Amino acid sequence: MKSLSILAALTLSTTAVADEIWVTNEKDDTVSVIDIETLEVVRTIEVGERPRGITFSKDHSVLYVCASDSDTVQVIDPESGEILHELPSGEDPEQFVLHPDDRRLYIANEDDAITTVVDTETRKVIAQIDVGVEPEGMAVSPDGKIAITTSETTNMAHWIDTETESLFANTLVDSRPRHAEFIKEGSELWVSAEIGGTISVFDVETQEEKAKIDFEVQGVHPDRVQPVGFEMTAGDTHAFVALGPSNHVAIVNAETYEVEDYILVGRRVWHMDFNANRSLLFTTNGVSGDVTVIDVEKREAIKSIKVGRFPWGAAFRPTGS
Amino acid sequence: MGGKFKHIAGVIALAGLVGPAFADVSLNITYLYVETPTPPTLSNLDPEPDDIGIAGAMTGLDDNNTTGRFLNQTFELSTVTIAEGEDAIAAARTALTASPYMVMDAPPDVQLVIADLTEAEGAVLFNASAGDLSLRDDQCRGNLLHTKPSDVMRTDALTQFFVQKRWDSLVMIAGTYPEDQAYAEAVRRSLTKFGLTLGAEKEWAFDADMRRNAAQEVPLFTQDFGDYDALIVADETEDFGRYILYNTWEARPVTGSEGLRAETWAPVVEQWGAAQLQSRFEEAHSRPMQPQDYAAWAAIRTLGEAVTRTNAGDAETLRDYILSDQFELAGFKGRPLTYRTWNGQLRQPIPLVHDRALVALAPLEGFLHQVNEMDSLGLDEPESKCAAFAD
Repeated sequence: MKSLSILAALTLSTTAVADEIWVTNEKDDTVSVIDIETLEVVRTIEVGERPRGITFSKDHSVLYVCASDSDTVQVIDPESGEILHELPSGEDPEQFVLHPDDRRLYIANEDDAITTVVDTETRKVIAQIDVGVEPEGMAVSPDGKIAITTSETTNMAHWIDTETESLFANTLVDSRPRHAEFIKEGSELWVSAEIGGTISVFDVETQEEKAKIDFEVQGVHPDRVQPVGFEMTAGDTHAFVALGPSNHVAIVNAETYEVEDYILVGRRVWHMDFNANRSLLFTTNGVSGDVTVIDVEKREAIKSIKVGRFPWGAAFRPTGS
Repeated sequence: MGGKFKHIAGVIALAGLVGPAFADVSLNITYLYVETPTPPTLSNLDPEPDDIGIAGAMTGLDDNNTTGRFLNQTFELSTVTIAEGEDAIAAARTALTASPYMVMDAPPDVQLVIADLTEAEGAVLFNASAGDLSLRDDQCRGNLLHTKPSDVMRTDALTQFFVQKRWDSLVMIAGTYPEDQAYAEAVRRSLTKFGLTLGAEKEWAFDADMRRNAAQEVPLFTQDFGDYDALIVADETEDFGRYILYNTWEARPVTGSEGLRAETWAPVVEQWGAAQLQSRFEEAHSRPMQPQDYAAWAAIRTLGEAVTRTNAGDAETLRDYILSDQFELAGFKGRPLTYRTWNGQLRQPIPLVHDRALVALAPLEGFLHQVNEMDSLGLDEPESKCAAFAD
């Protein structure tokens, strides 16, 4: 009787409308769905091989997942978990970014040194742009005019004019750039460099580097402090930066570019996303196979949630969408 | 909308005008391959690919040129193969007159003669093949860098594993070829360094065909070792080691040149983005990437990285940059790779592997070092007798 009522409660919680965090599990070919109220995995969805990049359409009605080893981007109905169709993505899509027009996906093809632009409506490739070796980080400016690809072995941020779908600048960063974001209404571009151990801050207008952020975790050799994914708090005042195998997240003041705090999380912390009001942050920890929940205001890890093997990306899905 | 478009156009123009002023740099690199006779081995499995090393250099060159096309920097590779009996020194002389950059797959004594040529003065040479400690020690040369780890770096990595596993009772079988003997010497040195000793040591001097006899011979051969934690095989020529596994008298792990191996690189390394390098290599050369390929790749990428960052093509600037603390190479081993400024050795983690998986990556946790944990592998600054880098 007792177990039955628990089951009933569980079923209820899955059908209730709670905000969710969706996590790709690179080595499980699944996506774990975390309920933000209960902080538990409520659904696991089977997807293509080696899922990495994950993002929702603007209205959150469809989910896009890079199924890297299936060489495709899958379009998924988040309600049913069903794969609706696949998009031509070029070979080995790793990360992507959805243009503000809610239509164009800019996809990094890691094995081919190419960025592929796909129209999600016509499901056709619009352009393929030659970039550096092992493209990975993808970003698009809030006004949609500039897209960025970072290339891990070429060590550059490639600036793409989204009108012409061609490069207009290439800027060097430190070794193995992994992630890029436009912040402060698109006036700054931040690029993390995993092996370099830094984040380069560019002035978007001039593409000049205006600052470089360094990290130092007590008791961890600098070589192992490797910035990867990062996200900004409300108003872009602070960045939360995943530091890979140092198992820490750094909190960077976005005005002074100084690190204010380090938070211990799971092993090989990789990417992250916030809840709706950005009071909670969810980090994917590849090696420990879990997600750490961070209380943003208190700057504390409050829970770790077991997901699949090698959680990689995270994406927020709001209530009732 | 029109206004916004103008803004973009402005940005494009600016990029052309005020972007970093990168001039055209073109680098010609020689890959010198000196063929050496390989001793016959018992097994015909695993023949050495014809393009070993060179294939790694080619992949490094492709990586450099993909980056270079955004900076107007181009890289070319001239491969010079010296057949047995041909004059490697004369060929090196000609090549060095044309370009100061050379990656060498050659015996250590040949490398030293080349490094001492007047044509090699101020050159940037890479040893991508020889693990001899002396090249990093009293025989070091200021114009000779080493992307190939010394044998001792590999045996130190293995020994760290023994210490961590508390395998302190060890025995060794060593082959008779000079490479085997050198590896055995490196093992002895590493064990001493980490406070371990060899319980017993035997020489493999059989001439029977072990494909037929391993099951009968090896148990007897290993019976008098008594009990031990692990057996080390020094068989760098890959002659007999493969027949030791599962044939020992005691059921014990086999390590060294066979079984659990400490390698520069191995096809089973897939973490730290390595899967991408592996697939890039395999697609281009239709075979897995081997240690020699990695050493050649790292040499070419070192030059590429230095050119990218300095936008220079002259040997002095590039060498200074490579040996500076600004230099770092992302070498798919989880840490930035740098050069030891006291002997020109590329610092690098060493994967401990078996044929099917990575077991560990040295330096292992707990092996601390006052400067860089990677310097717990190989010849450290206080022990090195190399003075050629002192300037």
